[in-house]
Amino acid sequence: MVSRSQPGNKKPRSKPAAKRKPAAKRSTPSKASRSAPEITPFTHEEDLAGYRGMLMIRRFEEKAGQMYGMGLIGGFCHLYIGQEAVVTGLQMTVQEGDQIITGYRDHGHMLAAGLDPKGVMAELTGREGGLSKGKGGSMHMFSKEKHFYGGHGIVGAQVSLGTGLALANAYRDNDNVSYVYFGDGASNQGQVYESFNMAELWQLPVIYVIENNQYAMGTSVSRSSAQTDLSKRGVSFNIPGEQVDGMDIRAVRDAGARAAAWCRAGKGPYILEMMTYRYRGHSMSDPAKYRAKEEVSKMREEHDAIEQVRARLLEGKKVTEADLKEIDKEVRAIVSDAAAFAKESPEPDPAELWTDVTAPAEQEEGASA
Amino acid sequence: MSIDILMPALSPTMEEGTLAKWLVKEGDKVSSGDVLAEIETDKATMELESIDDGIMGKLLVAEGTENVAINTLIATILEEGESPSAEPEPATPKPSTSEAKATPEPSEATDTSVVSTAPPQEPVALETDVPDGTPMRQMTVREALRDAMAEEMRTNPDVFVMGEEVAEYEGAYKVTQGLLDEFGARRVIDTPITEHGFAGLGAGAAMAGLRPVIEFMTFNFAMQAIDHIINSAAKTRYMSGGQMSCPIVFRGPNGPASRVGAQHSQDYSSWYAHIPGLKVVAPYSAADAKGLLKSAIRDPNPVIFLENEILYGKVFDVPEMDDWTVPIGVSKKLVEGNDVTLVSFSHGITYCLEAMETLAEQGISAELIDLRSLRPFDLGPVLESVKKTNRLVTVEETWPVAGIGAEIAAQVSEKAFDYLDAPVMRVTQKDVPMPYAANLEKLALPCAADVVEAVKAVCYR
Repeated sequence: MVSRSQPGNKKPRSKPAAKRKPAAKRSTPSKASRSAPEITPFTHEEDLAGYRGMLMIRRFEEKAGQMYGMGLIGGFCHLYIGQEAVVTGLQMTVQEGDQIITGYRDHGHMLAAGLDPKGVMAELTGREGGLSKGKGGSMHMFSKEKHFYGGHGIVGAQVSLGTGLALANAYRDNDNVSYVYFGDGASNQGQVYESFNMAELWQLPVIYVIENNQYAMGTSVSRSSAQTDLSKRGVSFNIPGEQVDGMDIRAVRDAGARAAAWCRAGKGPYILEMMTYRYRGHSMSDPAKYRAKEEVSKMREEHDAIEQVRARLLEGKKVTEADLKEIDKEVRAIVSDAAAFAKESPEPDPAELWTDVTAPAEQEEGASA
Repeated sequence: MSIDILMPALSPTMEEGTLAKWLVKEGDKVSSGDVLAEIETDKATMELESIDDGIMGKLLVAEGTENVAINTLIATILEEGESPSAEPEPATPKPSTSEAKATPEPSEATDTSVVSTAPPQEPVALETDVPDGTPMRQMTVREALRDAMAEEMRTNPDVFVMGEEVAEYEGAYKVTQGLLDEFGARRVIDTPITEHGFAGLGAGAAMAGLRPVIEFMTFNFAMQAIDHIINSAAKTRYMSGGQMSCPIVFRGPNGPASRVGAQHSQDYSSWYAHIPGLKVVAPYSAADAKGLLKSAIRDPNPVIFLENEILYGKVFDVPEMDDWTVPIGVSKKLVEGNDVTLVSFSHGITYCLEAMETLAEQGISAELIDLRSLRPFDLGPVLESVKKTNRLVTVEETWPVAGIGAEIAAQVSEKAFDYLDAPVMRVTQKDVPMPYAANLEKLALPCAADVVEAVKAVCYR
């Protein structure tokens, strides 16, 4: 994958895999994008899909918060409320086989990736029916089938791992892209830059999605970052980056499509800084004293991702308030079912304590697809 | 239907709190996300948000009430048009007790009496038979390791080698000699000096189903990467409920080298042996190095392969067979003896063999067991031997505290206490960082004389 690099030999770059289309002369989408790119409008159907997808995450998270309050969910629980447009919009650009990997604020990513809400909620409650049989918890779920690679609790670890998923794509010379989500906090971890360096050096197909919700736990970006424009964090590695309105699902999808096309064309990694906001605390036990209440309510009232789509839908007059209420009802029913399942599913059998520590030899996966 | 608002748990440890303030009145219209009340815990004041749209029904717990146990009904939200008449009586807040703690009803199956404290025994593979008359080829440990990688790369296109200086330089210790020529830059990958990063990339590629062999120039530098080895590679299978594995080999020289000082001279055996989800091997001979590395590459789990710089150039017989493998998790009796059992691994074996010459001269017959694998740990031959000799000395280059010898001593005292005629003795590196000065380094390292002394002590001679 990595051809012998020759000092001074700048272009064309060594290609990660022979079949990737030759890298075109490097353009600089970052510059172009800064003059507010035109947003491709959503069709009515796309708006409906976006509305439903984001609502599913919000209702699921509200329910998770409620169940945490009832003591049904233990430990840490990080809600995605407010950030729904990021993963929902990007998922619209994913092709079969593309990998998704993220940190611990992962419930929304799993739902967007198509994982069963019942399995996710039952993992939150630590039950047998959970996606990891109750052994992973809120922060650790995986699905080979949906190419969802976790759910990682160590801030920044998913960036190296996700770059490794991209390495596998390059090694296999397929057309897939690895979507790596991390926060503004993780963007200060050293391994992020180790990964950026290798990803660009080997032209790996990876989209680094920095979900900038403006607070790493309680520390604002300006208090933690010398360069607060995180889309520029790839500059010294020649990785293009753009800042995106992460509260507008249409802008998210557009940017995702640009990034994915860049990666699939064999041009290497791409950084998307999604400007977003979390309405709740960092985790359930965070009183969020580090920001003004007005800041939160302003975001909710003026920039809410779901409200934006809702307003467009009503403006389009193809749906009525009642139609949208019906969607809300359906979504609530799915979430209620998931919650009921998560309460009723039994705790894991004690014998499960000892299973899945190591893989038995006969379960070897064999050669890659 | 009305919706119950319960006193929420706002942290992993909260059992009760103070309902500090209501921010809504009965009859107020509320939407999902509106702040209803402020709850004080021992750590902070938190806001309680509405989980639904509707009209506030009765507020059942007055503001200012202390010690409200979690899950106490504190209010209801009514759907529009619903009458508040059918509401339940206000709940009496009571100091929380352990019973009041809202934990999910444990299922019957959680009766701890049925939980075994010991893991189920895994079946152990048998060592490849070496048929009589199999020709032996003399080779160094370095060549044996290279051959193991090359053979596995020929059979499985998913196997690749990645690390610092593994390709064009052919390995800082020349272990990957010739691999770039045979397999090309796609499968023999030089990385930047970036252990944390490339260990993570390797683990990610392994999760995607490839078979990376990650070389650390030495295991001293793997401390930069240990988060990925433990948190990402070793725990993935368990955390995913068996859905995802991380079949990866982390290999490189481990343990004290010669005159390289404290930061480049450390044995990590017990660090990795401590971690469930990893397999750990530390071979001594070239035949074991080759056979175990082939098994490690085929293993569906993360394997830590601890080599030794001083052994790289040592020559051993290796069976010339098409597919020579040695199973992970099987120890081996190297020398038969009667008076004392020596247990060691990797370069520690060298000290034992040297000591055994002196001991033989003094009429002490020692039995020597090479552990070869440190996780899983094969105690069988050790116990068998201790039952015969009744005396045990462990020899290793790790520090004494929480070392491999400590673990062997603990397990032998659990399983063969009555057979021991003397306390188990440990020969280890001295409990200090490695000094540079030649004389001090020599004093810090274990040596044959230390082994002789320990054996004489347990034999009361």
